[in-house]
Amino acid sequence: METQPVMPADDEIVFATQNAFATPWAALGVGIIGLVGVGLLSTLTGAAGMNRFGVIQSLFSWLPTVGDDPILSPSQQSVLYQIRLPRTALGMLVGSSLAMAGASYQGVFRNPLADPYLLGVSAGAGFGATLALGLGVDIGWGPFGAVPTAAFVGAVVAVTASAAIARSGGGSPATLLLGGVAMAALFSAGQTSVLQRLSETHAREVLSWLFGQLNTSGWTQVIILGPYTLVCGWVLIAHRRHLDVLRVGDEEAKSLGLDPERSRLIIVVSASLLTAAAVSVSGLIAFVGLVVPHIVRLLVGSGYRVILPVSALVGGMFLALIDIGSRTIMAPAEIPVGVLTALVGAPTFAFVLVRSQKRGV
Amino acid sequence: MSMLTCLSLTVSYREKTVLDQASFDLKKGEWLSVIGPNGAGKSSLLKAIKGLVQHKGEVRVRSGSSPDHWRPVTATDVAYVPQNPIMPEQMSVAEYVLLGRTAHLGWFARESSHDRHVVSNVLRRLDLGAFAKRSVDQLSGGEYQRVVLARALAQESTILLLDEPTSALDPGHQVGVLDLVDELRCSDGLSVIAAMHDLTTAARYGTRVLMLDHGQIVNIGNPSEVLQADRLSTVYQTPMSVTSIDGDLVVIPKPKGSRRTTNL
Repeated sequence: METQPVMPADDEIVFATQNAFATPWAALGVGIIGLVGVGLLSTLTGAAGMNRFGVIQSLFSWLPTVGDDPILSPSQQSVLYQIRLPRTALGMLVGSSLAMAGASYQGVFRNPLADPYLLGVSAGAGFGATLALGLGVDIGWGPFGAVPTAAFVGAVVAVTASAAIARSGGGSPATLLLGGVAMAALFSAGQTSVLQRLSETHAREVLSWLFGQLNTSGWTQVIILGPYTLVCGWVLIAHRRHLDVLRVGDEEAKSLGLDPERSRLIIVVSASLLTAAAVSVSGLIAFVGLVVPHIVRLLVGSGYRVILPVSALVGGMFLALIDIGSRTIMAPAEIPVGVLTALVGAPTFAFVLVRSQKRGV
Repeated sequence: MSMLTCLSLTVSYREKTVLDQASFDLKKGEWLSVIGPNGAGKSSLLKAIKGLVQHKGEVRVRSGSSPDHWRPVTATDVAYVPQNPIMPEQMSVAEYVLLGRTAHLGWFARESSHDRHVVSNVLRRLDLGAFAKRSVDQLSGGEYQRVVLARALAQESTILLLDEPTSALDPGHQVGVLDLVDELRCSDGLSVIAAMHDLTTAARYGTRVLMLDHGQIVNIGNPSEVLQADRLSTVYQTPMSVTSIDGDLVVIPKPKGSRRTTNL
């Protein structure tokens, strides 16, 4: 039998098919190195002047080649392990959570402007958390504490209402955001009315949390948020294929054999839980969920197999970097991280809006 | 031998019935052209078969080769080519065609090397090698119809539903796409149901024609039986003439304007 001649186009077919929806190993590798680098930079930066070599020696003292004769004093050690490291870890977890939630919302709502903050999810979570923190409303259940649970209920109410408004308004990207704006306004009003009832000191406490901050002493917040980031992040990343199928629209996704409603429900619930957990430890940090997935889209690629896992890493890096800025730009004073993310986020929002208007998305 | 059977298929949107008690069989290897004016229920019929709209009545496919074993339709039985497919930004042709394997994958599964192999074969067969890496939102009309068809073929279903597959194409590309489907039908034994606007094309490719009007099946049978001038004129509410050129049926609308000039 004659062997079939190999067409020049055949290599291209094989190459393209093998690379279709491939895991972006290179980007993930770079992301992990970047995350470690930013983490190191973050632990080296702070108000208390510390010997940089000492910090590095202390961090790597578990390596046999590094001497364990400490350069840092015990009080410096405690600053490093009880303030800088947990703050760095918290920034990374919050950034990663918000970025994954944002990417997932953009996927399920097929809306490049979706973001936990813009959809009103953060405001909903904030209202829930304010009720729990300020008035002591306790709807905690099992392993879920009062504040994250209340935040989650608020988040789900907000995202459901925004999506319902968008659906009845024709489902365009603009109506989803307008629904989000309405929800955010409603929940902020609720928040204000709760704050008004609190004593001045109590109100100030809640307010400073609301502005978005990563101040932490010790590991409590990291321990609260960590499991949510891991579990919900895993669920979202496990559904990255579904997000790529959903890009062709619900009807086509269904005709291809996906159950779009069920996929969307699981993804929205996980993303909202993740947002709620992040908000309950760090307050309202805007735009991370919008900016990070778009950075990844521009640099790496636009499939959700790429965006979701890479955003998890870039999100951690992004917020840790912003936090370094918030500690150093006006040192010794701190700028709230929420303010800095908004400074970066607002122009990004404008850029994405103009771009998607041009493409008629 | 029948592959698919529809029994009293009924689709309603908010109390308005758009498909009313449609019952018919689809034979193995046949091309059933579905015709009818706008709003006659062509798309609803295809969507009901695919399970994309709420419907009453039954759709069943043959299970195995035994004569009277039938089962409900599953996602892998029927591939569907929509009328206006959405082409996602920056998704490569290979990725887009790989979406056609969705029905074969479990909830958490990823595409296996077998799935990728099926996609390579389909791309090769439809001569899409030069496009494989291109972004689907950058293709021309004729190219993207072939890519959408490739996605449907990657599903490896025996029944193919086409919803006005060529309405956006020029005559040359129309023939190209329809010939391709016809070749695949003949070589792979696919059964095709295609909703079609152009009556001449419907007659040219269809082994049978199903005519819908106001959601009801007016007639189903050989093209020459169904495409009769008086009945077409009634259904389309426009005078139509049917002639035969080189053995092919040709349907020509005769608008009132043109008739007036001949009367002069």
